[in-house]
Amino acid sequence: MFNWVLLKRVFRAGILDFSRNAFVSFASILVMTVTLFVVGLTVFAGVILGSALQELRDKADINVYFVQSVAEDRILEMKASLEALPEVSSVQYLSHDEALAAFRERHKNDQLTLNALEELGDNPFGAVLNVKAKDLSQYESIAAFLQDQQSQDSGSVIDKINFYDEQHRAALARLELITDSSQRLGFIIIALLIITTIAISFNTLRLAIYTSRDEIQVMRLVGAGSFYIRAPFMVEGVLYGLVAGIVTLLLFYPLAYWLGTSTGNFFGGVNIFTYYTGHFLFFFALILGTGALIGAIASWLAVRRYLKI
Amino acid sequence: MIYYDRVSKIYADNSVALEDVSFSVEPGEFVSIVGHSGAGKTTLVKMLLAEEKPSSGAVFFESINIHEVPLSKMGALRRKIGTVFQDFRLLPNKTAYENIAFAMEAAGRNEEEIHSDVPHVLELVDLGDKMNNFPDELSGGEQQRVAIARAIVNQPDVIVADEPTGNLDPVNTFEIVQILKKINDLGTTIILTTHNKGVIDALKKRVITMDRGKVIRDDREGKYIL
Repeated sequence: MFNWVLLKRVFRAGILDFSRNAFVSFASILVMTVTLFVVGLTVFAGVILGSALQELRDKADINVYFVQSVAEDRILEMKASLEALPEVSSVQYLSHDEALAAFRERHKNDQLTLNALEELGDNPFGAVLNVKAKDLSQYESIAAFLQDQQSQDSGSVIDKINFYDEQHRAALARLELITDSSQRLGFIIIALLIITTIAISFNTLRLAIYTSRDEIQVMRLVGAGSFYIRAPFMVEGVLYGLVAGIVTLLLFYPLAYWLGTSTGNFFGGVNIFTYYTGHFLFFFALILGTGALIGAIASWLAVRRYLKI
Repeated sequence: MIYYDRVSKIYADNSVALEDVSFSVEPGEFVSIVGHSGAGKTTLVKMLLAEEKPSSGAVFFESINIHEVPLSKMGALRRKIGTVFQDFRLLPNKTAYENIAFAMEAAGRNEEEIHSDVPHVLELVDLGDKMNNFPDELSGGEQQRVAIARAIVNQPDVIVADEPTGNLDPVNTFEIVQILKKINDLGTTIILTTHNKGVIDALKKRVITMDRGKVIRDDREGKYIL
């Protein structure tokens, strides 16, 4: 049967020690707050990095240029078959006239080019399909599909696929390399930061329990069992983690608010404050859970070495 | 009840703390172990509490070889031996009441027993009015009386007092020895280590004299002779 009396005693002892060791508790909470703050910041950094990289990825595309004589139906037919591909995230159709308008818009400050266009008299642009893949690595297979189409029945309708421009291809490959290595580097830095701060927290709790080593020895000599000695220290460690977690969550609120507009403008995507408030339950569980877990494990390990008599 | 069988303790630096020590203690006895500092008195006590292991020989408590008891069962064995130390060794963040209650909780005693026995045992050592004081709010003599109360509260078979009067003035020394005598009169075995001549001569009980790790005298009604 579960021993409620023992559990009650363990919690009472842990809470009493937490409140009576005020200075040790304060110092431990301070260090754990730094740790949890870093854990939370890495989540924010991950979100910002992810959004920035996604934005970069979104800039990549393939343009399929059609010959001028092709009927719109044929192009829309190809658009539908492209959209059916699992690799394709979106296909945008730009008609003959829209392509001209887009060109004019792009070069509205370049009178020389506009004059040259006027000289031509006629609209020199064919319709365009702008294809975006779900992943950078998938452009190759989309291009292969298009080339296949080109070599088959619709050979005469496609004028050019810009994926086969050396420059475009090289830019896509470089973009893939940059985003992949940024993600990998970001992950390594985040992992190192988290490991370092957790190690500092572990060490702080080890020192806090080191100050109680004589006490643990006395408990042993009056006949207390390992669980009865260890569990109150674990309760104390969990309390450090929970209080530090609450402090961290409170500190994040103004920080996220302050960062909110600047990161939103800077990366053009994610707003940290909206992300924080929208995912508050996730942050609550992550920060308090991490704090409690570090407190419990660190205390358990730190007490172990003094229980050997 | 307690039997030291040819116990030796040699440390890594080849210093000899105990050399071939053998003696036994019967139930209800009051045994004083005397000797100069470094004679091996504390090492003997630590052997009984399994704080130290002998290099050779064995220590038996009620026919059990103490050093063969697994760590998981050591608590139960230690609860049969109440301990009192020279430096009191009270838990600093617990009140006098809580220090004694802790020993009872460790022994698995219920709340009712704790509520009735702790004030009673504090009254016995004349500290009924200081049960809510923390150790640093008590004098040395009072702290030692709390330590004795903690040692006796689980009604152990034996009490080991390692230099319990070493940090006390003569008045407190006398009081502590009187308390130990009273406990012994009630049937509990006492093992007392000391180098206080006055205490030993006044007790008129069995005295084991040690010198440089060896037992050099064992007198039924001894005096401090060194």
